[in-house]
Formats: sequence, structure tokens, C-alpha cells
Amino acid sequence: MPEKITLKYAVDGDDFTKAGLASSDLKHTLKQIGYDPGFIRRVAIAVYEGEINMVIHAGGGEITADIAPDKVEVWLADSGPGIPNVELAMREGYSTAPIDVHELGFGAGMGLPNIKKYTDDLQIDTTVGVGTTVYMLINNN
Amino acid sequence: MVTVKELSDNLSLEILTTCDEIDRPVTGGYCSDLLSWVMGRASEGDAWITVMGNINSIAVAVLADISCIILADSSALDEEAKNRAEQQNVIILRSELDQFTLCNKIGELLGV
Ligand SMILES: Nc1ncnc2c1ncn2[C@@H]1O[C@H](COP(=O)(O)OP(=O)(O)O)[C@@H](O)[C@H]1O
Ligand SMILES: [Mg+2]
Repeated sequence: MPEKITLKYAVDGDDFTKAGLASSDLKHTLKQIGYDPGFIRRVAIAVYEGEINMVIHAGGGEITADIAPDKVEVWLADSGPGIPNVELAMREGYSTAPIDVHELGFGAGMGLPNIKKYTDDLQIDTTVGVGTTVYMLINNN
Repeated sequence: MVTVKELSDNLSLEILTTCDEIDRPVTGGYCSDLLSWVMGRASEGDAWITVMGNINSIAVAVLADISCIILADSSALDEEAKNRAEQQNVIILRSELDQFTLCNKIGELLGV
């Protein structure tokens, strides 16, 4: 493969039937390149949780993924409400997801903890009223 | 080693999707209806026991490398979920048993 591939995805705001398409496509691409399945799984899960958060909490956004032989870096940027208390949001079980998405199986408050678990670096850059950018790094080792 | 097909035959499960993953090995199981718990805690190759038969379950199964979804309590599978599952090669089975009873039987079969 070349040194680095950049993929971009637009994530639709309130269409739950499309939620997960970007992470599925990214997974498919990584598989075709021939990465280790365990590495692919970590990327897929972390990006899915970020993608779902953009759909549920932020009205959609944009995903940029930089794919290199030794690592994948992903930025999930939205212009949603922002996160007032990141430390609280990181806690297992903390969720502000509306009731109707609970019926779909979302809102367990485990998304950000899952991202933390499966990535080597997670940074949340957020401003209330402006938006959120979630950065994640997954090393291939 | 137990395959999806053997699990299905032994427990008289209803096969809801046509795809070619039926001989895939089932290496364990995980039971939850909350998608992020499955994402965070299920292992690759697990059979996933749930009542959530919607389109989001399919994405979770694909991304977490689940071997099959087993719908407990005769729970419903949405039409769009069925279509997405077939596109993405996710096998979905169904049982009349409740989650507890079903997990017990699966555990016995897998020897865990
Ligand atoms: N992109 C985002 N924009 C605004 N708020 C967010 C975003 N991502 C996460 N949050 C906040 O952080 C909380 C915890 O997120 P998460 O752990 O994924 O749990 P859940 O999505 O199940 O609520 C959310 O309930 C929400 O309040
Ligand atoms: Mg979430």
C-alpha cells in the first residue's frame, strides 16, 4: 500500500438506518488492504461508537480516517451541542441519550468508555454550542 | 468445535437469513440487548443472544465479528434488518426460548 490513505465520510444526522455505514465501509477497506483482524476489529468498534454518537447527540458530522501501515488515526468532527463535562461523559453508564433511542438499543453510556478501551489515544476537543471533534489513534502492532 | 449449523440443528432454531456463514465456528456467546455492551464486551466469534432484531444490530454483528445473532423469545426481525443482514452476510437464527434458557443450552453445547 502507499504511505498513507485518507478516507472521508459524511455522517447523516438523524437516520439511524444509515448509522454504522461509515465504520462498516472503513472496516471493509482495512480488510481489503490485509490488516490483522484484531486490529481491524478495534478500529471498527471505536469508529462505530464515535459515528453513533455523532448521529444520536450531534446531528451528524464528518469522519476523516488516515490509514497508514502502522496505525489508523480518525477524526470525528461535528457541529453539535458540545460536551459540557467530558470527565462525566467518559464514565461508564453516563448517558444523555433520549428515551426513544433506548428502544433501539443505544444509550447505554458505554460508547466513550469503549472507544477508550480499544484505542491507544483518545482526545475530545469540545466547545459547548460549537461542536466536538473526537480524535482517536489505533496502533497496529 | 461447534458450528452455527450444529447449534441451529441442536436447538431447532429457525434460520431467518440466507447466507453462507452457516459453517462458521461458534467460539463463545454473549447476551445483551444494549448495543454498546455487545461492542465492548463480546468476543470475536461469539453467538449473540438478544431480542433486538433491528438494523443497528446488524452493524454491531458485522463490526464486532459476531458469528451469529440468535433472537430469543420469538422476537421480531425487521424487514430492513433482514435485507441488510443478507447483504453483509450475517446469519440470524430464532428461538422460542427465553434468553436465560437459551444461553444455558448454548453453554452446554459449547461446553462452557
Ligand atoms: N459528539 C457528541 N456531541 C455531544 N455530546 C456527546 C457526543 N458524544 C458523546 N456525547 C455525550 O457523552 C455522553 C456519553 O457518551 P457515550 O459514552 O457514547 O454514551 P451514550 O452514547 O450511550 O449516551 C452522551 O450521552 C452525550 O451526553
Ligand atoms: Mg454513544
